Amino acid sequence: MSVKPPIYLDNHATTAVDPRVVEEMLPYFTEHFGNAASRNHSFGWAAREGVELARERVADLIGATPKEIVWTSGATESDNLAVKGVARYYEKKGKHIVTVATEHKAILDSCHALEREGWEVTYLGVDSEGLISLDELKAAIRPDTTLVSVMFANNEIGVVQPITEIGAICREAGVLFHCDAVQALGRIPIDVKAMKIDLLSISAHKMYGPKGVGALFVRRGRPRVRLQPLIDGGGHERGLRSGTLAVPSLVGLGKAAELARLDLENGEIERVRALRDRLWAGLQENLDELYLNGSWDHRLPNNLNVSFAYVEGEAMMMGIKQIACSSGSACTSASLEPSYVLRAMGVDVELAHTSIRFGLGRFTTDEEIDFALELVTEKVRWLREMSPLYEMVKEGIDLKSIQWAAH
Amino acid sequence: MAYSQKVIDHYENPQNVGSLDKGAADVGTGLVGAPACGDVMKLQLKINDDGIIEDAKFKTFGCGSAIASSSLVTTMVKGKSVDEAMEIKNSDIARELALPPVKIHCSVLAEDAVKAAIADYRKKKS
Repeated sequence: MSVKPPIYLDNHATTAVDPRVVEEMLPYFTEHFGNAASRNHSFGWAAREGVELARERVADLIGATPKEIVWTSGATESDNLAVKGVARYYEKKGKHIVTVATEHKAILDSCHALEREGWEVTYLGVDSEGLISLDELKAAIRPDTTLVSVMFANNEIGVVQPITEIGAICREAGVLFHCDAVQALGRIPIDVKAMKIDLLSISAHKMYGPKGVGALFVRRGRPRVRLQPLIDGGGHERGLRSGTLAVPSLVGLGKAAELARLDLENGEIERVRALRDRLWAGLQENLDELYLNGSWDHRLPNNLNVSFAYVEGEAMMMGIKQIACSSGSACTSASLEPSYVLRAMGVDVELAHTSIRFGLGRFTTDEEIDFALELVTEKVRWLREMSPLYEMVKEGIDLKSIQWAAH
Repeated sequence: MAYSQKVIDHYENPQNVGSLDKGAADVGTGLVGAPACGDVMKLQLKINDDGIIEDAKFKTFGCGSAIASSSLVTTMVKGKSVDEAMEIKNSDIARELALPPVKIHCSVLAEDAVKAAIADYRKKKS
């Protein structure tokens, strides 16, 4: 099989919809187009049947029951609903939340919104590997804490937090535990019961489903989680999320969840891990001054985040434009600030500018990894030839000893 | 970032990449920017006794437009007198490359690099 560039190594941003998912969605556009809330005719029944099968499949992926799955427009909404919904419902119990500095913006900005409304939020730091300290978490929980929100795996560095331990700490302390599992679903086995997760955010488009739909797992057993809804209306989703269901997309999410569960059993995860490992080993063999960002041992199997010292990330991406990937460089962000995740880990801002994130996926092939390895190697060498910093370091100059004029 | 074709051309085929002997009396070296800000330009000018820039070389750590701005400025200064080179404005570079607003600082850095290299040369001569 030959490689047809551009090749896609940005599967943390989004994934291609699996053709099997598309196939399952199609009849729900034209044939079973009914409103799932229409209870009195066959069009409505067919739509409802599709949506409920999807609910079962999503529940199966995480060890939940179908009634614990609430449909949303995506993980950003799920995160908002979990954080704001729990905070507001349990307001009388207390107005303190614990989360982590490296969370997705959907969590951080929801917390900032609550802070403006009078809540207090503790943002746990992470170590140089990107991991939180369980002792710090224990110390941060107070009598007025109602929610702890920690993501399963980080979207930039792929670092996997000790979720089982966090779940145990929260349950023991009597606070609810929300987990944004968007990046981990279908890549790491998740069991909300065993891990004592009370709320869990799910996105379809990060696991080969369509964009625009997601779900929030809301525990119904012990403890039973209550939420104040964000969107009021016709009382869909047991009043937690009003709005006509996006039936075809939810059917797609269901199929995507089923395929994600199969990935965990059929060796697909090991295939992707082996490709990722091959890419990293090859880069290290070909190039010097590479710095892995984030823990190697506690990491998603499909993530590689590397700083190519002395090569600015955006210039690198222009050089390897036949590979779709991402950078933590300021020049690639709207804010012109380098990655806050890397900064929270204590990565030097100089190195943050040189970071590249590769996200492998279900459709990544051996040949594509070989192609990527060759192209990245060639372009890093070329850009380092052009880099005054690389030249200075090779001359033995300590870059820290120079008085740089910040601009 | 959606760049103009000129930025892409300069990035893909940068002109005058390299180094001159920074110890030579007729070479001025300008090193501007900071690694923490994501761009550093080193520009070197070889200037003859008549004050004419005979050669220019650069090395740049930075985004595509920083590399393109450096490359372009080396082609602009060659053959100019020192006084003429001092007149080069960042807006000339930004216009020529059609830089997007967030990348204007790359052209500022290129102007600064020319001025820093000439200052270094003048210091050596005095």
